[in-house]
Amino acid sequence: MKNYSEDWEAVIGLEIHVQLSTKSKLFSGASTDFGALPNTQACNIDLAMPGVLPVLNEEVLRMAVKLGKALNAEINSPTSFARKNYFYPDSPKGYQISQMDKPIVENGYLDIETENGGKRIGVTRAHLEEDAGKSLHDDFEGQSGIDLNRAGTPLLEIVSEPEINTPEEAVAYLKSIHSIIRYLEISDGNMAEGSMRCDANVSVRKIGEEELGTRTETKNVNSFRFVEKAIQYEIERQIHELKSGNKITQETRLYDSQANTTRPMRSKEFANDYRYFPEPDLLPVNLEKEFIEEVLATMPEMPNEKRERFVSEFSLSQYDADLLAADKDVADFFEEVTKVSNSPKLSANWIMGELSAELNNENLGIKESKVSSNKLGQLISRIEDGTISGKIAKDIFEKIWTTGKEVDDIIKEEGLEQVTDDKEIELMIDEVIENNPQQLEQYRSGKDRLFGFFVGQVMKASQGKANPKQVNDILKSKLEK
Amino acid sequence: MDLHKLSLTKQLEGLKKGDFTSTELTSHYLNRISELDGQLNSFITVTEDQALSQAKAADDRYKKNNNFSLDGLPIAHKDIFCTKGVLTTCGSKMLSNFEAPYSSTVYDKLDKKGMVMLGKTNMDEFAMGSSNETSYFGPVKNPWNIEYVPGGSSGGSASCVSAELAPIATATDTGGSIRQPASLCGLTGIKPTYGRVSRYGMIAFASSLDQGGVIAKSAEDAALILEAMSGHDPKDSTSLKLDQPDLTKNLNNPVKGMKIGLPKEFFEKEMAPYVLKSIEEAIEVYKSLGAEIVEISLGNINLSLPIYYIIAPAECSANLSRYDGVRYGYRCEDPKDIEDLFMRTREEGFGAEVKRRILIGTYALSAGYYDAFYLKAQKCRQLVANDFSEAFKSVDVILSPTTPGTSFKSGEKTNDPVEMYLQDIFTIPANLAGLPGLSIPCGEHNGLPLGMQLVGNSLEEGKLLQFAHSFQSNTDWHMKMPNI
Repeated sequence: MKNYSEDWEAVIGLEIHVQLSTKSKLFSGASTDFGALPNTQACNIDLAMPGVLPVLNEEVLRMAVKLGKALNAEINSPTSFARKNYFYPDSPKGYQISQMDKPIVENGYLDIETENGGKRIGVTRAHLEEDAGKSLHDDFEGQSGIDLNRAGTPLLEIVSEPEINTPEEAVAYLKSIHSIIRYLEISDGNMAEGSMRCDANVSVRKIGEEELGTRTETKNVNSFRFVEKAIQYEIERQIHELKSGNKITQETRLYDSQANTTRPMRSKEFANDYRYFPEPDLLPVNLEKEFIEEVLATMPEMPNEKRERFVSEFSLSQYDADLLAADKDVADFFEEVTKVSNSPKLSANWIMGELSAELNNENLGIKESKVSSNKLGQLISRIEDGTISGKIAKDIFEKIWTTGKEVDDIIKEEGLEQVTDDKEIELMIDEVIENNPQQLEQYRSGKDRLFGFFVGQVMKASQGKANPKQVNDILKSKLEK
Repeated sequence: MDLHKLSLTKQLEGLKKGDFTSTELTSHYLNRISELDGQLNSFITVTEDQALSQAKAADDRYKKNNNFSLDGLPIAHKDIFCTKGVLTTCGSKMLSNFEAPYSSTVYDKLDKKGMVMLGKTNMDEFAMGSSNETSYFGPVKNPWNIEYVPGGSSGGSASCVSAELAPIATATDTGGSIRQPASLCGLTGIKPTYGRVSRYGMIAFASSLDQGGVIAKSAEDAALILEAMSGHDPKDSTSLKLDQPDLTKNLNNPVKGMKIGLPKEFFEKEMAPYVLKSIEEAIEVYKSLGAEIVEISLGNINLSLPIYYIIAPAECSANLSRYDGVRYGYRCEDPKDIEDLFMRTREEGFGAEVKRRILIGTYALSAGYYDAFYLKAQKCRQLVANDFSEAFKSVDVILSPTTPGTSFKSGEKTNDPVEMYLQDIFTIPANLAGLPGLSIPCGEHNGLPLGMQLVGNSLEEGKLLQFAHSFQSNTDWHMKMPNI
């Protein structure tokens, strides 16, 4: 725990909204593409025209079943929908179709890792619901505009048990969910675009107390870092309030990332009795056993499984496996590189080292890497087969990055093959020894440190191309003479 | 020739034989509407130009011998069915300026079979009412006596068919809105099994109870159009996955040996002597045709009205939330802010009965009341449905009056909602159980018609129509028309 008083603990539950990457909306055939002109992707159903009816997009059932499996959860069948009633201009029906009594996913858990070790966080439920539209306040003087393009986009709301105790755990849990939805390819998980949104329920209590403190719900937190900071702020605020003898008000708060504070929403923005009742326009959905089995048969390997396999199949360290498996694109890239290079350890090092540095530099995702997995694999295999040294490889990597040329072409054109001929290396060594008689004498009189000096000189003489191991061996025997 | 005296079935024969054209038939009805509807107010919109062009298209197809199955037959549509490019008001100020951007499945199906839309019929606002006095477009009159109400909510559909301003009309029934006006106007009205007719484009009142159907002059006419309206619709998730049924093929089968159940709970009620007399006479007709009469019990049937007045308002309170003045329909003048826009639009756009039901429904769903009202009502609804399932193990149809009496005078019940709600006491149970029900004329009192109701087992519309047709083949109550 961080810098708040040691006799307090926080109790945190997260509600994560994940926008599902279906082509069409949850209950209509309109497209879900992001960024279209306002109201060009809203059909009669999304506009809540009189007389229209919802028809469930069955693709979301497959997505939810996969998520349920990944969260070790139960799949409810039948699963049913409910209406959540509230008036808001961007909620065209005056109610949102959601799930109440029989959410599609229930009673799961997720194992997370933080610096303090592993922990299991319960997942209460994950339910399907439709997204609202957007109110636009800037472009219309004295009026508001409504864009219903997003209205009806499918969401899965994943609700955790209040079993998270620190901001670090909250972020680890959130990242784990992020990794899972990306692996399952059910959402792009882009927090900046709002396709993954997180609300945090936070309360504090004295350690040892059974009863939960009054909680607040913090909304509008749109990055991993902000989730950590918002929760941290909220915990400190609540402890401060309680220590000052004040009470915590149960309320919804907004996170202000610029000021790094949370502030209460106006009360009428959330004081609602939602009057849930079963959605009469949709019959409960039975998920047949065959359907679930068919969906589960398409489950990809999940992050934890991949991690274990990377350790057992490639003999990677737990640390390397964790880093590579966290992101599916990175993990896929690693396996492609390894297939060509035949050297898992070296491939892992290169991806997490050189490649990752270049990507960060240019702010690119691994899929946009200017050195393809195939080329990186070849580069590494040239190190492995002794054609080039690791140092030369770094230069070649830079060249591929900027020119896109083939590995072997660069080696050939620039004459970068490693010198592995003993005779040739001996000649170079002899020359270096001859030109440095003083250092030779000092070395022989016990100044071992000078060995490195000789290696450096030989490498320099070979323009970095001499095989370092051979240089070492031959140099040692010559110097000892 | 008095074309309006022909049944729909005869009109179709006439069109096919070339005795008259659809343009002649359509013009005949349009003329009657312009001549007579001033005193009835049964239409909100008359689609004269569209009707004549549809009729002409039908005539062209007849000439080329590639006509559709119901080509050129006129029909009136309740103004609850969305019709593209045509005003669709649902009897409300809220939609008084609403031109639907799409058509309901019911309209589309009949349009594809060549039917000609004469216009959109008046109705109680959002189908809430039993006298057609809650319409923003003014009350509808009963052609049998214009001081009396036509029933509701499909009062315009019943009134115009009764006055022979249209040979048939679509209608909808949530608690009796087809059968009660059919009874009060001396017509045949049928509400099919829930899910038979698509609700897509039919403006929702109470989604789990609403069902489209027809009001006609005979069971034979009703069968012809109801089957054309029916069938699975992928746009309605509650629509049954069944093809269009053949409702006409068994019409002439005898009812001999079949069983009619009389629920004792209905007949134990205090019933007006003239109602009982008409029903007893109808029973005698069926007996003479060889049907067997069985007393049955529907033990929970008396819970129906309270169940209905929880579930229907609850669903309506959510269904009507979309009318907020933001995207279409009525919007209040100069709203101060969004709150003001919502509140004044709804305050000014909805009538008293609609507001009453929204309030009841909102209350019934509120935190702390949900279990005691909505949830309990749903459980009791299941009990009512179970009673019917049990009864249909031993009988083919269940017979009762459709309404507690004949029509009543305009204004007579407007200040007493509960008295008005009792109009539907016999019809509501079929909606709760999702069963088909029909009303056919079986008597009269003081010059006003009276109907009896037949309720059938799930998907047995064919059997109901067979019973109705059999009765109509042996009596002439359905032949009596008002003098107007």
